[in-house]
Amino acid sequence: MTALKTAVGKVTLENPGMVASGIMDETGASMVRMLQAGAGAVVSKSISTQPKAGHANPCFTEVEGGLVNAMGLPGPGIELFGEEMAEAVPHGNIVGSVAGGNAEEFTALAVKMEEYGACAVELNMSCPHAKGYGMELGTDPDMVKSIVSAVKSAVSIPVWAKLTPNTHILPQIALAAQDGGADAIVAINTLKAMVISPEFAKPFLSNKFGGLSGPAVKPVGVRAIYDLYKVVSIPLVGVGGISNWRDAAEYIMAGAQAFQIGSAVLTDGPEVFSKVNRDLEKFMKDYGYKSIKDMVGVANE
Amino acid sequence: MSEFVKIKSVTEDNYDTKTIAFETSFEAKPGQFVMVWCPGMEEIPMSLSSTGKVKSISVKRIGPDTEKLHQLKAGDTIGIRGPYGNGYDLSDGRKYLIIGGGIGTASIMPAVEASGADTIIGGRSERDLVMRDRAEKAAKNVWYSTDDGSFGFHGNTVQLFREKHAENHYDCVVACGPEVMLFFLYKACEELGVDCQLSLERHMKCGAGVCGCCVMDGQRVCKDGPVFTKTQIAQMKDFGVQKRDECGRVVKFRKG
Repeated sequence: MTALKTAVGKVTLENPGMVASGIMDETGASMVRMLQAGAGAVVSKSISTQPKAGHANPCFTEVEGGLVNAMGLPGPGIELFGEEMAEAVPHGNIVGSVAGGNAEEFTALAVKMEEYGACAVELNMSCPHAKGYGMELGTDPDMVKSIVSAVKSAVSIPVWAKLTPNTHILPQIALAAQDGGADAIVAINTLKAMVISPEFAKPFLSNKFGGLSGPAVKPVGVRAIYDLYKVVSIPLVGVGGISNWRDAAEYIMAGAQAFQIGSAVLTDGPEVFSKVNRDLEKFMKDYGYKSIKDMVGVANE
Repeated sequence: MSEFVKIKSVTEDNYDTKTIAFETSFEAKPGQFVMVWCPGMEEIPMSLSSTGKVKSISVKRIGPDTEKLHQLKAGDTIGIRGPYGNGYDLSDGRKYLIIGGGIGTASIMPAVEASGADTIIGGRSERDLVMRDRAEKAAKNVWYSTDDGSFGFHGNTVQLFREKHAENHYDCVVACGPEVMLFFLYKACEELGVDCQLSLERHMKCGAGVCGCCVMDGQRVCKDGPVFTKTQIAQMKDFGVQKRDECGRVVKFRKG
């Protein structure tokens, strides 16, 4: 399967599909399972400084075309997460996702992830539903630049910035991340969304709003990558609504070196990775693409 | 998908358990569960205690959320998400024994009704035994155990299982109940060479297999389970030993 080999900067991936953060990645054993299912890397649950229970249930529902969730970044905290990393890291590439409330927290978290053996660190500057975290920081270009540069000065592993589509200035934010020294941009996170129960005349989620993911957001994500490809010079990782080879090929042709899969784990199971790998390779053979690199950004030309 | 349906009926099973019945647009199998919610409570997973056209959940009052459900009446609206999980599989013609411990009886009752298999229902005391009428109507042999000996066999379901297995030689046990019961039941099945399908429980958030909060050794209780086979359970280091709290931290069941 050498045709599928790709790289996001210094991070080499045997398969181009990674597990998106927040999906089957809170424990060591589940990360191992996803690697064994054919993921080129697993991006961990976004880990914070302290243990967090996340938002109360209900925090999830299926909707037409996808899912809406407001998990609220549950996690055991960075100290305890070392045990999960120790179990997973020997089995493959683990990208450590971290969610800080400011540059100091992001830096301390990233340093720990490097210690734990992460192959890269992904900065969650895009979660739409955790107060004081995620997109509350990641929609301000100056804040993004200062967080990225603080983290960059403290770790030697690649630093990826995961950005939100809930802004009209995504290109400026990506440029700010690049200026801060980011090694790659990951886009997109979920779209801020809400579900109301007319019967109860109330929002369904305890947090009231959450983030939409799944097939419905794919065209939004593809457009984001297409635009970012023209603006930044660092590698892009595409994420949002991918469940088959065609979705993956769209993101790659828009400009992504690699992609991440999240919600499709619900509909297709962990097997989604082996299916996408197999079918993408077949498409590449049929249409004469010898490597992922040959496909990256071709839709821009 | 989330549905918001009107409750058809609420019946009292005993002093602390009520069965809430409703209809949904989806079909469900014995052993599956739904996420249940109404304003004023946290959404919680509940086994379906009926899986026909009319579905039900049977709620033991153990905390604020189940207390809230106990306040609901016929005609009130309830939020139902599901059905989730794999369910029991009694389709292969083997000789089954079904065991319900405490409120775990709610989960196995649809399988009892679908199969008519021999059944054991256990509880702390006579007043904790639920759904006796339904079991006796569906199955030829229904036996009871109580920890205090107030009704049926004096002892637990695992001890009674050993007795009944010696007489009847079952191929497979299907069970739901407290994890400590399931743990010793599993050990007994290993020792006696009997197959089993056990319905397990962990803290859940999405219920649908994406978030990973309920994993046991990488297996999602909500999606790969909640019913696991003997072979699967044999691989689980967490079973009977530890669970994870809402933050994902390990919590041991017993010290040492």
